[in-house]
Amino acid sequence: MEEMERDPSTFIMGEDVALSAFGSTRGLIERFGAERVRDTPISEAGFVGAAVGAAMAGMRPICEIEIAPFIYCAFDQIVNQAAKLRYMSGGQARLPITFRTLYGAAGGAAAQHSETVYPHLLPVPGLKIVAPSGPADMKGLLKSAIRDDNPVVVFEHAALGRSREEVPDGDVLVPIGKASVKRAGKDVTVVAIGAMVPRAIAVANRLAADGIEAEVVDPRTLAPLDEQTLLTSLGKTNRMVIVDEAHLHGSAASEIAATMVEKGFDLLDAPIRRVAALDVPIPFSRPLEAAVLPDERRIEEAIRAVIG
Amino acid sequence: MDIGKELVLEMYRKMHRIRNFEQKIKDLTTAGEIPGFAHVSIGEEATAVGVCSALRPTDRITSTHRGHGHLIAKGGDVARMMAEIYGKRTGYCKGKGGSMHIADFSLGILGANGIVGGGIPIATGSALAAKLAKTGEVTACFFGDGAANEGTFHESLNLASIWKLPVIYICENNGFGEFTPTAAVTSVKDIAVRAKGYDIPGYVVDGNDVFEVYRHTSEAAARARAGEGPTLLECKTYRWEGHVVGEGAFISGKYRTEEEVARWKARCPIIALEKAVLESGMLKRDELDRVAQQAREEVEAAVQFARQSPLPEPSEANEDLWI
Repeated sequence: MEEMERDPSTFIMGEDVALSAFGSTRGLIERFGAERVRDTPISEAGFVGAAVGAAMAGMRPICEIEIAPFIYCAFDQIVNQAAKLRYMSGGQARLPITFRTLYGAAGGAAAQHSETVYPHLLPVPGLKIVAPSGPADMKGLLKSAIRDDNPVVVFEHAALGRSREEVPDGDVLVPIGKASVKRAGKDVTVVAIGAMVPRAIAVANRLAADGIEAEVVDPRTLAPLDEQTLLTSLGKTNRMVIVDEAHLHGSAASEIAATMVEKGFDLLDAPIRRVAALDVPIPFSRPLEAAVLPDERRIEEAIRAVIG
Repeated sequence: MDIGKELVLEMYRKMHRIRNFEQKIKDLTTAGEIPGFAHVSIGEEATAVGVCSALRPTDRITSTHRGHGHLIAKGGDVARMMAEIYGKRTGYCKGKGGSMHIADFSLGILGANGIVGGGIPIATGSALAAKLAKTGEVTACFFGDGAANEGTFHESLNLASIWKLPVIYICENNGFGEFTPTAAVTSVKDIAVRAKGYDIPGYVVDGNDVFEVYRHTSEAAARARAGEGPTLLECKTYRWEGHVVGEGAFISGKYRTEEEVARWKARCPIIALEKAVLESGMLKRDELDRVAQQAREEVEAAVQFARQSPLPEPSEANEDLWI
């Protein structure tokens, strides 16, 4: 809301944004009206492409894709158009677009509504990808995304809407490309993404009773990755566990692990462990869903394993 | 005729420029001098020129993989286009786009596009920007008959209709989607009738008659500027050449007859224009010849510029990704 007041070229469009089906756009329609808070049909390729075109013609669109796996319907417009057109036009096109979407499992929605989608976009040059872990980072990263002149995809975990914390008032920006140490520790670095951050902190707090001090680092931005903050932490602890809600194969955790091994091999006293979703689609039934997702037990096991 | 002599000469100049440019691309690709795929639009010049002649300089277009004609018609510089197609750093995209991706934002050319139907939502968004910023600009969206079977076509027409966007959808029906005749893969005889499904005006236009294309586009642009929303124009034309230059080397079999090609060549859009203006007495043969000669010389100069331009340095591969 603050950003839409700040810059008249911003507008928001997407599915159910006027009504604010999931609360993220509450109050906007009353303040800015239907021109700038624009309900779209369920037509992802169409309205995502329209955001691309509007950006190329001088606007600063905020484009909501209600649920992250719906992005697949608009894959061409995000991957072939939004991400590539600046480069392909030799730097002519400006694409200041913020894509917002809800990802991840929040209990019983099954694979087409519960997937962690960002690994599909990580290899795409030209996209910035952020995944905040709480409301304060959400606000700060969203502000940065809106002001960024490049396309930014903001992955907001579906369970994040239920979390509560103090959010700073006013113009407090969280820079894109900067990780955050959420809990200091000396024995092991736990890199956790999005909704895995509070889960990792809970485990870390419990392990402190056993004398294990885990440092929890939230990358906040997955592309471009703040490698330095992660390597600095690794240099302190010499051990790393990476927790990612994505499917293990091709996950963000995999890419981070590869980077850490390549650039920080000499810092490692033990192999890196990845804790991720099993390589099956996210199932519907609660016990099945729980069995597939990374939980506190698996995080703890991985931490104990790397400490040895 | 409600079109003045100056404008007619300009149309004739651009049609010749396109014809010469495309012929050159074909020859140089065949000779192995130009790298990559080349899709030429010989025979379709009247659609590109008729549409763009009815637009203002500040209006915008989106184009396709077969886009050289649209770009030239909107004022694109043939030397920088040619340099791009040669992969040179003096090209419009510094050698990063090539034939299918030329753009000139200063002329409102938001770019050709290598994905069939990829530009349709982009044009729709460009029109949305004009509506939100109240600039009065119109966006003309070129696409082929093949793209009319893509989901983006249908999604975009729906969006433009519900939001009454200032956009003109130009379906350049050249008879083929790659190597498949349009009629074999399209539910309707006239793609223009699909406008009905989205409650917008749709017209079948003789895409080889530059004046008819111009008149329809002018009317559609006036409607768009008046806030009355989008129009679908289906310009019926014909692709004289193959889908891609050099296709004879890899496709097996024929997908059209020589008689069919000859029938359309007899309806050459450039000759049709000449005939109309000579018969009406608006222009004389030597006036036309002079313009045609200038167009040939411009394209020759463009080839020389491209040949003499430097290739990009490998380090330039890392530039132009971010702002």
